[in-house]
Amino acid sequence: MAVAATDIRADFPVLAREINGHPLVYLDSAASAQKPRAVIEAMERFYSESYGTVHRGVYELGREATELFEGARERIAAFVNWDPVCSIFTRNATEAINLVAYSWGRENVGPGDEVLITEMEHHSNIVPWQLLCEETGARLRYVSVGDSGELSLDELDSVLASGRVRLFAFAHVSNVLGTINPVEELVRRARAAGAVTVIDGAQAVPQMPVDLGAIDADFYAWTGHKALGPATGLLHGRRELLKQMRPFLGGGHMISRVEREHSTWNELPWKFEAGTNAIAEAIGLGAAIDYLSSIGMDAVRRHERELTAYALERLPEVEGLTLYGPSDPDRRGGVISFSIEGMHPHDIAELCDREAVCVRAGHHCAQPLMRCLGVGATARASFHVYNVREDVDRLVDALGRAREVFGL
Amino acid sequence: MDALYRDYILDHYKNPRNFGELDPHDLEFHDHNPLCGDELGVHIVVEDGRVADLRFHGQGCAISQAAASITSDELIGLPVSEVPELDADWVIDQLGIEISPTRRKCALLGLKVMRGATTGDPSWPE
Repeated sequence: MAVAATDIRADFPVLAREINGHPLVYLDSAASAQKPRAVIEAMERFYSESYGTVHRGVYELGREATELFEGARERIAAFVNWDPVCSIFTRNATEAINLVAYSWGRENVGPGDEVLITEMEHHSNIVPWQLLCEETGARLRYVSVGDSGELSLDELDSVLASGRVRLFAFAHVSNVLGTINPVEELVRRARAAGAVTVIDGAQAVPQMPVDLGAIDADFYAWTGHKALGPATGLLHGRRELLKQMRPFLGGGHMISRVEREHSTWNELPWKFEAGTNAIAEAIGLGAAIDYLSSIGMDAVRRHERELTAYALERLPEVEGLTLYGPSDPDRRGGVISFSIEGMHPHDIAELCDREAVCVRAGHHCAQPLMRCLGVGATARASFHVYNVREDVDRLVDALGRAREVFGL
Repeated sequence: MDALYRDYILDHYKNPRNFGELDPHDLEFHDHNPLCGDELGVHIVVEDGRVADLRFHGQGCAISQAAASITSDELIGLPVSEVPELDADWVIDQLGIEISPTRRKCALLGLKVMRGATTGDPSWPE
Protein backbone atom coordinates (compact mmCIF):
# COMPACT_ATOMS: atom_id res chain seq x y z
CA MET A 1 0.00 0.00 0.00
CA ALA A 2 1.42 3.34 -1.07
CA VAL A 3 -0.18 5.13 1.84
CA ALA A 4 -0.09 3.89 5.44
CA ALA A 5 -3.83 3.40 5.34
CA THR A 6 -4.32 2.44 8.99
CA ASP A 7 -2.85 5.71 10.25
CA ILE A 8 -4.77 7.66 7.65
CA ARG A 9 -8.08 6.04 8.55
CA ALA A 10 -7.69 7.16 12.15
CA ASP A 11 -7.62 10.76 10.89
CA PHE A 12 -11.21 10.50 9.61
CA PRO A 13 -13.69 10.45 12.52
CA VAL A 14 -16.63 9.31 10.40
CA LEU A 15 -14.90 6.03 9.59
CA ALA A 16 -15.50 4.95 13.19
CA ARG A 17 -19.22 4.78 12.45
CA GLU A 18 -21.23 1.64 12.07
CA ILE A 19 -24.36 1.54 9.93
CA ASN A 20 -26.84 -1.32 10.09
CA GLY A 21 -24.36 -3.09 12.37
CA HIS A 22 -21.50 -2.94 9.86
CA PRO A 23 -18.39 -0.75 9.85
CA LEU A 24 -18.75 2.02 7.29
CA VAL A 25 -17.25 1.49 3.82
CA TYR A 26 -17.38 4.85 2.08
CA LEU A 27 -17.02 4.49 -1.68
CA ASP A 28 -18.51 7.78 -2.87
CA SER A 29 -15.61 10.20 -2.64
CA ALA A 30 -16.06 11.24 -6.27
CA ALA A 31 -19.36 12.77 -5.17
CA SER A 32 -17.97 14.25 -1.96
CA ALA A 33 -15.07 13.15 0.20
CA GLN A 34 -14.98 12.65 3.97
CA LYS A 35 -13.05 15.13 6.10
CA PRO A 36 -9.95 14.53 8.22
CA ARG A 37 -9.85 15.82 11.78
CA ALA A 38 -7.29 18.46 10.69
CA VAL A 39 -9.92 20.14 8.51
CA ILE A 40 -12.68 19.95 11.11
CA GLU A 41 -10.35 21.34 13.78
CA ALA A 42 -9.01 24.15 11.57
CA MET A 43 -12.56 25.36 10.96
CA GLU A 44 -13.56 24.94 14.59
CA ARG A 45 -10.42 26.80 15.72
CA PHE A 46 -11.15 29.66 13.33
CA TYR A 47 -14.75 29.98 14.54
CA SER A 48 -13.69 29.64 18.20
CA GLU A 49 -10.66 31.90 18.21
CA SER A 50 -10.28 34.14 15.16
CA TYR A 51 -13.61 34.64 13.45
CA GLY A 52 -14.14 37.96 11.76
CA THR A 53 -14.84 39.02 8.22
CA VAL A 54 -11.97 39.60 5.84
CA HIS A 55 -10.55 42.76 4.26
CA ARG A 56 -12.71 44.99 6.48
CA GLY A 57 -11.87 44.96 10.13
CA VAL A 58 -9.19 47.24 11.54
CA TYR A 59 -9.43 45.15 14.67
CA GLU A 60 -7.31 42.11 15.54
CA LEU A 61 -9.91 39.48 14.63
CA GLY A 62 -10.34 41.01 11.17
CA ARG A 63 -6.58 40.98 10.68
CA GLU A 64 -6.27 37.37 11.78
CA ALA A 65 -9.17 36.25 9.61
CA THR A 66 -7.71 38.03 6.58
CA GLU A 67 -4.30 36.48 7.16
CA LEU A 68 -5.77 33.00 7.54
CA PHE A 69 -8.02 33.43 4.52
CA GLU A 70 -5.42 34.89 2.17
CA GLY A 71 -2.82 32.48 3.54
CA ALA A 72 -5.12 29.61 2.57
CA ARG A 73 -5.46 31.07 -0.92
CA GLU A 74 -1.67 31.24 -1.28
CA ARG A 75 -1.15 27.64 -0.17
CA ILE A 76 -4.03 26.36 -2.31
CA ALA A 77 -2.64 28.19 -5.37
CA ALA A 78 0.86 26.84 -4.68
CA PHE A 79 -0.64 23.34 -4.35
CA VAL A 80 -1.69 23.46 -8.01
CA ASN A 81 1.21 25.71 -9.08
CA TRP A 82 -0.72 28.85 -10.01
CA ASP A 83 -0.58 32.52 -9.12
CA PRO A 84 -2.74 33.26 -6.03
CA VAL A 85 -3.76 36.61 -7.56
CA CYS A 86 -5.37 34.63 -10.38
CA SER A 87 -6.98 32.07 -8.05
CA ILE A 88 -10.57 32.98 -7.26
CA PHE A 89 -12.70 31.47 -4.53
CA THR A 90 -16.13 30.43 -5.80
CA ARG A 91 -19.00 28.51 -4.27
CA ASN A 92 -18.01 25.35 -6.13
CA ALA A 93 -16.63 24.14 -9.47
CA THR A 94 -20.02 24.73 -11.07
CA GLU A 95 -19.93 28.41 -10.15
CA ALA A 96 -16.32 28.65 -11.36
CA ILE A 97 -17.33 27.35 -14.80
CA ASN A 98 -20.38 29.62 -14.88
CA LEU A 99 -18.11 32.55 -14.07
CA VAL A 100 -16.15 31.88 -17.27
CA ALA A 101 -19.31 31.30 -19.30
CA TYR A 102 -20.78 34.61 -18.19
CA SER A 103 -17.80 36.91 -17.85
CA TRP A 104 -15.65 35.64 -20.71
CA GLY A 105 -18.29 33.90 -22.84
CA ARG A 106 -20.86 36.70 -23.09
CA GLU A 107 -18.17 39.10 -24.32
CA ASN A 108 -16.25 36.81 -26.64
CA VAL A 109 -18.67 34.34 -28.20
CA GLY A 110 -21.14 35.30 -30.91
CA PRO A 111 -23.29 33.97 -33.75
CA GLY A 112 -21.43 31.55 -35.98
CA ASP A 113 -18.90 30.73 -33.28
CA GLU A 114 -18.58 27.24 -31.87
CA VAL A 115 -18.24 26.13 -28.26
CA LEU A 116 -16.73 22.68 -27.97
CA ILE A 117 -17.19 20.25 -25.08
CA THR A 118 -16.99 16.45 -24.82
CA GLU A 119 -19.52 13.68 -24.33
CA MET A 120 -17.99 12.77 -20.97
CA GLU A 121 -18.77 16.05 -19.25
CA HIS A 122 -20.59 16.54 -15.97
CA HIS A 123 -23.74 18.66 -16.31
CA SER A 124 -21.80 21.52 -14.73
CA ASN A 125 -19.58 21.60 -17.82
CA ILE A 126 -22.51 21.24 -20.25
CA VAL A 127 -25.39 23.41 -19.12
CA PRO A 128 -23.44 26.72 -18.72
CA TRP A 129 -22.31 26.32 -22.35
CA GLN A 130 -25.83 25.46 -23.53
CA LEU A 131 -27.05 28.67 -21.92
CA LEU A 132 -24.19 30.63 -23.49
CA CYS A 133 -24.93 29.22 -26.94
CA GLU A 134 -28.66 29.88 -26.62
CA GLU A 135 -27.98 33.50 -25.72
CA THR A 136 -25.27 34.22 -28.25
CA GLY A 137 -26.33 32.13 -31.24
CA ALA A 138 -23.15 30.06 -31.05
CA ARG A 139 -23.20 26.35 -31.82
CA LEU A 140 -22.45 23.74 -29.16
CA ARG A 141 -20.40 20.80 -30.42
CA TYR A 142 -19.17 17.61 -28.78
CA VAL A 143 -16.03 15.52 -29.07
CA SER A 144 -17.28 11.94 -28.84
CA VAL A 145 -16.14 9.29 -26.39
CA GLY A 146 -14.92 6.07 -28.00
CA ASP A 147 -15.60 2.53 -26.84
CA SER A 148 -12.39 2.64 -24.81
CA GLY A 149 -13.85 5.53 -22.80
CA GLU A 150 -11.34 7.96 -24.26
CA LEU A 151 -11.51 11.01 -26.50
CA SER A 152 -10.35 10.85 -30.08
CA LEU A 153 -7.62 13.41 -30.77
CA ASP A 154 -8.16 13.01 -34.51
CA GLU A 155 -11.79 13.94 -34.10
CA LEU A 156 -10.79 16.90 -31.96
CA ASP A 157 -8.47 18.11 -34.69
CA SER A 158 -11.13 17.80 -37.35
CA VAL A 159 -13.60 19.85 -35.29
CA LEU A 160 -10.96 22.46 -34.45
CA ALA A 161 -10.14 22.69 -38.17
CA SER A 162 -13.40 24.61 -38.67
CA GLY A 163 -11.54 27.61 -37.21
CA ARG A 164 -14.75 28.65 -35.47
CA VAL A 165 -14.17 27.05 -32.07
CA ARG A 166 -13.86 29.91 -29.60
CA LEU A 167 -13.74 27.80 -26.48
CA PHE A 168 -13.02 24.17 -25.61
CA ALA A 169 -14.18 22.95 -22.19
CA PHE A 170 -13.36 19.45 -20.96
CA ALA A 171 -12.92 17.33 -17.87
CA HIS A 172 -9.45 16.54 -16.58
CA VAL A 173 -10.77 13.24 -15.15
CA SER A 174 -14.22 11.84 -15.99
CA ASN A 175 -16.50 11.46 -12.98
CA VAL A 176 -18.13 8.40 -14.58
CA LEU A 177 -15.49 6.62 -16.65
CA GLY A 178 -12.49 7.67 -14.59
CA THR A 179 -10.68 8.51 -17.82
CA ILE A 180 -7.65 10.75 -17.30
CA ASN A 181 -7.64 13.01 -20.32
CA PRO A 182 -4.34 14.13 -21.89
CA VAL A 183 -4.98 17.71 -20.79
CA GLU A 184 -1.66 19.21 -21.87
CA GLU A 185 -2.12 17.83 -25.35
CA LEU A 186 -5.76 18.99 -25.51
CA VAL A 187 -4.77 22.50 -24.42
CA ARG A 188 -1.93 22.61 -26.94
CA ARG A 189 -4.18 21.60 -29.84
CA ALA A 190 -7.00 23.94 -28.83
CA ARG A 191 -4.64 26.88 -28.42
CA ALA A 192 -3.07 26.23 -31.83
CA ALA A 193 -6.59 26.53 -33.25
CA GLY A 194 -7.21 29.80 -31.41
CA ALA A 195 -9.61 28.40 -28.79
CA VAL A 196 -9.65 29.34 -25.12
CA THR A 197 -9.52 26.28 -22.83
CA VAL A 198 -11.56 25.58 -19.70
CA ILE A 199 -10.77 22.47 -17.67
CA ASP A 200 -13.11 20.93 -15.12
CA GLY A 201 -10.62 19.58 -12.60
CA ALA A 202 -13.13 18.56 -9.93
CA GLN A 203 -12.10 14.88 -10.13
CA ALA A 204 -8.39 15.49 -10.71
CA VAL A 205 -7.10 17.83 -8.01
CA PRO A 206 -8.34 15.60 -5.15
CA GLN A 207 -6.50 12.49 -6.30
CA MET A 208 -3.40 13.28 -8.35
CA PRO A 209 -0.62 15.84 -8.69
CA VAL A 210 -1.91 18.74 -10.79
CA ASP A 211 0.57 21.27 -12.16
CA LEU A 212 -1.41 24.10 -13.73
CA GLY A 213 1.77 25.79 -14.88
CA ALA A 214 2.57 22.74 -17.00
CA ILE A 215 -1.01 22.21 -18.21
CA ASP A 216 -1.16 25.88 -19.20
CA ALA A 217 -4.94 26.07 -19.64
CA ASP A 218 -6.70 29.43 -19.74
CA PHE A 219 -9.13 28.46 -16.98
CA TYR A 220 -9.15 25.59 -14.50
CA ALA A 221 -12.04 24.91 -12.09
CA TRP A 222 -12.24 22.53 -9.13
CA THR A 223 -13.92 22.17 -5.78
CA GLY A 224 -12.73 21.64 -2.23
CA HIS A 225 -15.33 19.21 -0.96
CA LYS A 226 -14.02 16.36 -3.10
CA ALA A 227 -10.47 17.17 -1.93
CA LEU A 228 -11.16 16.36 1.76
CA GLY A 229 -12.15 19.98 2.41
CA PRO A 230 -15.41 21.86 2.80
CA ALA A 231 -17.60 23.05 -0.05
CA THR A 232 -15.78 25.94 -1.63
CA GLY A 233 -14.57 26.09 -5.22
CA LEU A 234 -11.64 27.56 -7.09
CA LEU A 235 -11.22 29.14 -10.47
CA HIS A 236 -7.67 29.59 -11.67
CA GLY A 237 -7.38 31.81 -14.73
CA ARG A 238 -4.87 33.43 -17.00
CA ARG A 239 -4.13 36.95 -15.78
CA GLU A 240 -4.62 38.79 -19.12
CA LEU A 241 -8.04 37.19 -19.56
CA LEU A 242 -9.18 37.80 -15.98
CA LYS A 243 -8.11 41.44 -16.24
CA GLN A 244 -10.07 42.01 -19.44
CA MET A 245 -13.20 40.22 -18.24
CA ARG A 246 -16.20 41.97 -16.78
CA PRO A 247 -17.18 40.95 -13.25
CA PHE A 248 -19.47 37.95 -12.77
CA LEU A 249 -21.50 38.99 -9.72
CA GLY A 250 -21.79 42.61 -8.59
CA GLY A 251 -21.85 43.72 -4.98
CA GLY A 252 -19.64 44.47 -2.04
CA HIS A 253 -15.92 43.71 -1.98
CA MET A 254 -15.59 43.41 -5.77
CA ILE A 255 -15.61 47.18 -6.34
CA SER A 256 -12.99 49.87 -6.19
CA ARG A 257 -15.37 52.84 -6.24
CA VAL A 258 -19.13 53.03 -6.62
CA GLU A 259 -20.69 56.12 -8.21
CA ARG A 260 -24.40 56.68 -8.64
CA GLU A 261 -24.43 55.39 -12.23
CA HIS A 262 -21.38 53.20 -12.53
CA SER A 263 -18.55 51.56 -10.61
CA THR A 264 -14.95 50.52 -11.02
CA TRP A 265 -13.64 47.13 -10.03
CA ASN A 266 -11.39 45.84 -7.32
CA GLU A 267 -8.09 44.20 -8.24
CA LEU A 268 -7.71 40.50 -8.92
CA PRO A 269 -8.74 38.14 -7.47
CA TRP A 270 -11.31 40.14 -5.45
CA LYS A 271 -12.94 41.60 -8.59
CA PHE A 272 -14.59 38.18 -8.93
CA GLU A 273 -15.43 37.66 -5.25
CA ALA A 274 -18.59 39.68 -4.65
CA GLY A 275 -20.01 39.67 -1.14
CA THR A 276 -18.67 38.00 1.96
CA ASN A 277 -16.59 34.92 1.19
CA ALA A 278 -17.07 31.48 2.69
CA ILE A 279 -14.13 32.31 4.97
CA ALA A 280 -14.04 29.26 7.23
CA GLU A 281 -14.47 27.02 4.18
CA ALA A 282 -11.43 28.58 2.49
CA ILE A 283 -9.43 28.08 5.68
CA GLY A 284 -10.70 24.51 5.94
CA LEU A 285 -9.65 23.85 2.36
CA GLY A 286 -6.23 25.24 3.20
CA ALA A 287 -6.02 22.64 5.97
CA ALA A 288 -7.18 19.93 3.56
CA ILE A 289 -4.44 20.65 1.03
CA ASP A 290 -1.89 20.82 3.87
CA TYR A 291 -3.10 17.36 4.87
CA LEU A 292 -2.90 16.04 1.31
CA SER A 293 0.56 17.62 0.88
CA SER A 294 1.76 15.91 4.05
CA ILE A 295 0.86 12.56 2.45
CA GLY A 296 2.17 13.72 -0.92
CA MET A 297 0.04 13.79 -4.05
CA ASP A 298 2.30 11.25 -5.76
CA ALA A 299 1.55 8.84 -2.92
CA VAL A 300 -2.16 9.68 -3.11
CA ARG A 301 -2.17 8.88 -6.82
CA ARG A 302 -0.26 5.61 -6.27
CA HIS A 303 -2.81 4.63 -3.63
CA GLU A 304 -5.77 5.47 -5.91
CA ARG A 305 -4.16 3.61 -8.79
CA GLU A 306 -3.50 0.54 -6.70
CA LEU A 307 -7.07 0.41 -5.33
CA THR A 308 -8.49 0.99 -8.81
CA ALA A 309 -6.36 -1.79 -10.24
CA TYR A 310 -7.47 -4.10 -7.42
CA ALA A 311 -11.14 -3.23 -7.97
CA LEU A 312 -10.84 -3.70 -11.74
CA GLU A 313 -9.44 -7.16 -10.99
CA ARG A 314 -12.02 -8.18 -8.37
CA LEU A 315 -15.29 -6.67 -9.65
CA PRO A 316 -15.50 -8.95 -12.72
CA GLU A 317 -15.77 -11.87 -10.26
CA VAL A 318 -19.38 -10.72 -9.82
CA GLU A 319 -21.46 -12.51 -12.42
CA GLY A 320 -23.16 -10.31 -15.00
CA LEU A 321 -21.09 -7.25 -14.09
CA THR A 322 -20.08 -4.76 -16.79
CA LEU A 323 -17.30 -2.24 -16.20
CA TYR A 324 -17.20 1.14 -17.95
CA GLY A 325 -14.16 3.21 -18.83
CA PRO A 326 -10.55 2.46 -19.71
CA SER A 327 -9.28 -0.96 -18.63
CA ASP A 328 -5.75 0.31 -17.92
CA PRO A 329 -5.46 1.69 -14.35
CA ASP A 330 -2.69 4.00 -15.52
CA ARG A 331 -5.22 5.79 -17.70
CA ARG A 332 -7.95 6.23 -15.13
CA GLY A 333 -8.55 7.77 -11.74
CA GLY A 334 -10.10 6.21 -8.65
CA VAL A 335 -13.68 5.99 -9.88
CA ILE A 336 -15.32 2.90 -11.33
CA SER A 337 -18.78 2.77 -12.90
CA PHE A 338 -20.43 -0.60 -13.37
CA SER A 339 -23.75 -2.29 -13.96
CA ILE A 340 -25.07 -5.76 -13.18
CA GLU A 341 -27.39 -7.53 -15.58
CA GLY A 342 -30.87 -7.93 -14.13
CA MET A 343 -30.41 -5.33 -11.40
CA HIS A 344 -30.94 -1.61 -11.62
CA PRO A 345 -28.13 0.53 -10.10
CA HIS A 346 -30.58 1.97 -7.54
CA ASP A 347 -31.26 -1.48 -6.24
CA ILE A 348 -27.56 -2.31 -6.21
CA ALA A 349 -26.86 0.78 -4.09
CA GLU A 350 -29.81 0.08 -1.79
CA LEU A 351 -28.64 -3.47 -1.09
CA CYS A 352 -25.01 -2.36 -0.61
CA ASP A 353 -26.25 0.17 1.93
CA ARG A 354 -27.73 -2.66 4.00
CA GLU A 355 -24.09 -3.64 4.63
CA ALA A 356 -22.90 -0.05 5.13
CA VAL A 357 -21.21 0.00 1.73
CA CYS A 358 -21.89 3.46 0.27
CA VAL A 359 -21.90 3.47 -3.52
CA ARG A 360 -23.54 5.93 -5.86
CA ALA A 361 -26.28 5.03 -8.31
CA GLY A 362 -27.76 7.15 -11.05
CA HIS A 363 -26.71 9.24 -14.01
CA HIS A 364 -23.91 10.98 -12.06
CA CYS A 365 -24.94 14.32 -13.58
CA ALA A 366 -23.73 13.04 -16.95
CA GLN A 367 -26.92 12.18 -18.86
CA PRO A 368 -25.45 12.69 -22.36
CA LEU A 369 -22.67 10.22 -21.47
CA MET A 370 -25.23 7.72 -20.11
CA ARG A 371 -26.95 7.83 -23.52
CA CYS A 372 -23.59 7.18 -25.23
CA LEU A 373 -23.10 4.18 -22.97
CA GLY A 374 -26.63 3.03 -23.78
CA VAL A 375 -27.71 2.95 -20.13
CA GLY A 376 -30.03 5.06 -17.98
CA ALA A 377 -27.81 4.83 -14.96
CA THR A 378 -24.78 3.05 -13.51
CA ALA A 379 -23.55 2.18 -10.05
CA ARG A 380 -20.26 3.82 -9.11
CA ALA A 381 -17.58 3.16 -6.53
CA SER A 382 -14.87 5.76 -5.94
CA PHE A 383 -11.89 5.91 -3.64
CA HIS A 384 -9.82 8.26 -1.58
CA VAL A 385 -6.85 8.00 0.75
CA TYR A 386 -8.88 6.38 3.53
CA ASN A 387 -10.03 3.43 1.44
CA VAL A 388 -8.35 0.06 1.69
CA ARG A 389 -8.42 -3.19 -0.26
CA GLU A 390 -10.83 -4.65 2.30
CA ASP A 391 -13.36 -1.99 1.20
CA VAL A 392 -13.24 -3.44 -2.32
CA ASP A 393 -13.66 -6.95 -0.83
CA ARG A 394 -16.69 -5.75 1.16
CA LEU A 395 -18.17 -4.27 -2.03
CA VAL A 396 -17.66 -7.48 -4.01
CA ASP A 397 -19.24 -9.52 -1.20
CA ALA A 398 -22.19 -7.12 -0.96
CA LEU A 399 -22.75 -7.32 -4.72
CA GLY A 400 -22.78 -11.10 -4.55
CA ARG A 401 -25.43 -11.02 -1.82
CA ALA A 402 -27.43 -8.40 -3.73
CA ARG A 403 -27.62 -10.78 -6.68
CA GLU A 404 -28.91 -13.49 -4.35
CA VAL A 405 -31.73 -11.22 -3.12
CA PHE A 406 -32.70 -10.73 -6.75
CA GLY A 407 -32.62 -14.46 -7.35
CA LEU A 408 -29.84 -14.10 -9.91
CA MET B 1 -37.52 -12.80 2.82
CA ASP B 2 -36.24 -9.31 2.16
CA ALA B 3 -38.47 -6.55 3.59
CA LEU B 4 -38.23 -4.39 0.47
CA TYR B 5 -37.49 -6.82 -2.34
CA ARG B 6 -40.35 -9.19 -1.61
CA ASP B 7 -41.03 -12.02 -4.00
CA TYR B 8 -44.02 -10.32 -5.62
CA ILE B 9 -42.05 -7.05 -6.04
CA LEU B 10 -39.28 -8.93 -7.81
CA ASP B 11 -41.84 -10.86 -9.82
CA HIS B 12 -43.45 -7.64 -11.08
CA TYR B 13 -39.95 -6.25 -11.79
CA LYS B 14 -38.87 -9.25 -13.80
CA ASN B 15 -42.26 -9.90 -15.43
CA PRO B 16 -43.97 -6.53 -15.58
CA ARG B 17 -47.72 -6.67 -16.35
CA ASN B 18 -49.06 -4.47 -19.13
CA PHE B 19 -45.57 -3.70 -20.34
CA GLY B 20 -45.04 -2.45 -23.88
CA GLU B 21 -46.80 -0.10 -26.26
CA LEU B 22 -50.32 0.25 -27.64
CA ASP B 23 -50.92 1.51 -31.16
CA PRO B 24 -53.26 3.15 -31.74
CA HIS B 25 -53.88 4.70 -28.34
CA ASP B 26 -55.98 7.62 -27.09
CA LEU B 27 -53.79 8.96 -24.32
CA GLU B 28 -50.06 8.96 -23.75
CA PHE B 29 -47.50 10.50 -21.46
CA HIS B 30 -43.78 10.19 -20.93
CA ASP B 31 -41.69 11.43 -18.04
CA HIS B 32 -38.60 10.73 -16.00
CA ASN B 33 -37.18 10.94 -12.53
CA PRO B 34 -34.61 13.74 -12.63
CA LEU B 35 -32.77 12.27 -9.65
CA CYS B 36 -31.79 9.04 -11.34
CA GLY B 37 -32.78 9.43 -14.99
CA ASP B 38 -35.31 6.60 -14.91
CA GLU B 39 -37.86 6.95 -17.70
CA LEU B 40 -41.41 5.76 -18.03
CA GLY B 41 -44.02 6.18 -20.73
CA VAL B 42 -47.65 5.06 -20.92
CA HIS B 43 -50.21 4.42 -23.67
CA ILE B 44 -53.91 4.24 -22.78
CA VAL B 45 -56.92 3.19 -24.86
CA VAL B 46 -60.21 4.71 -23.67
CA GLU B 47 -63.65 3.17 -24.21
CA ASP B 48 -66.85 4.62 -22.77
CA GLY B 49 -64.85 6.92 -20.51
CA ARG B 50 -62.93 4.07 -18.94
CA VAL B 51 -59.34 2.84 -19.21
CA ALA B 52 -59.94 -0.07 -21.57
CA ASP B 53 -56.31 -0.98 -22.01
CA LEU B 54 -52.96 0.32 -20.87
CA ARG B 55 -49.27 -0.37 -21.54
CA PHE B 56 -46.26 1.21 -19.91
CA HIS B 57 -42.67 1.16 -21.10
CA GLY B 58 -39.29 2.47 -20.08
CA GLN B 59 -36.54 1.58 -17.69
CA GLY B 60 -36.12 1.86 -13.99
CA CYS B 61 -35.33 0.19 -10.71
CA ALA B 62 -37.26 -2.70 -9.17
CA ILE B 63 -39.39 -0.33 -7.11
CA SER B 64 -40.40 1.93 -10.01
CA GLN B 65 -41.08 -0.97 -12.37
CA ALA B 66 -43.01 -2.99 -9.79
CA ALA B 67 -45.04 0.05 -8.77
CA ALA B 68 -45.95 0.77 -12.40
CA SER B 69 -46.79 -2.87 -13.01
CA ILE B 70 -48.95 -3.33 -9.90
CA THR B 71 -50.85 -0.07 -10.34
CA SER B 72 -51.36 -0.60 -14.08
CA ASP B 73 -53.46 -3.67 -13.28
CA GLU B 74 -55.62 -1.56 -10.96
CA LEU B 75 -56.08 1.21 -13.50
CA ILE B 76 -57.56 -0.96 -16.23
CA GLY B 77 -61.34 -0.65 -16.03
CA LEU B 78 -61.24 2.53 -13.97
CA PRO B 79 -63.12 5.64 -15.24
CA VAL B 80 -60.53 8.00 -16.73
CA SER B 81 -61.93 10.80 -14.57
CA GLU B 82 -60.98 8.89 -11.42
CA VAL B 83 -57.30 8.41 -12.33
CA PRO B 84 -56.21 11.92 -11.21
CA GLU B 85 -57.71 11.26 -7.80
CA LEU B 86 -55.29 8.43 -7.08
CA ASP B 87 -52.54 9.64 -4.74
CA ALA B 88 -49.16 8.65 -3.30
CA ASP B 89 -50.68 6.77 -0.37
CA TRP B 90 -52.71 4.68 -2.76
CA VAL B 91 -49.57 3.62 -4.66
CA ILE B 92 -47.62 2.80 -1.51
CA ASP B 93 -50.62 0.89 -0.19
CA GLN B 94 -50.75 -1.11 -3.44
CA LEU B 95 -47.02 -1.85 -3.19
CA GLY B 96 -47.40 -3.19 0.35
CA ILE B 97 -43.86 -2.31 1.38
CA GLU B 98 -42.33 0.52 3.33
CA ILE B 99 -40.86 3.15 1.05
CA SER B 100 -38.03 5.33 2.36
CA PRO B 101 -37.86 9.00 1.36
CA THR B 102 -34.97 8.23 -1.04
CA ARG B 103 -37.10 5.72 -2.96
CA ARG B 104 -40.39 7.64 -2.86
CA LYS B 105 -40.06 9.07 -6.37
CA CYS B 106 -39.18 5.62 -7.71
CA ALA B 107 -42.51 4.36 -6.35
CA LEU B 108 -44.49 7.32 -7.67
CA LEU B 109 -43.12 7.64 -11.22
CA GLY B 110 -45.68 5.18 -12.60
CA LEU B 111 -48.69 7.00 -11.20
CA LYS B 112 -47.13 10.30 -12.26
CA VAL B 113 -47.17 9.32 -15.94
CA MET B 114 -50.55 7.56 -15.72
CA ARG B 115 -52.11 10.67 -14.17
CA GLY B 116 -50.21 12.82 -16.67
CA ALA B 117 -51.79 10.90 -19.53
CA THR B 118 -55.28 11.73 -18.28
CA THR B 119 -54.71 15.35 -17.23
CA GLY B 120 -51.54 16.57 -18.94
CA ASP B 121 -50.34 17.63 -15.49
CA PRO B 122 -46.76 16.42 -14.87
CA SER B 123 -46.71 17.13 -11.13
CA TRP B 124 -45.66 14.42 -8.66
CA PRO B 125 -48.49 12.67 -6.80
CA GLU B 126 -48.70 13.71 -3.16
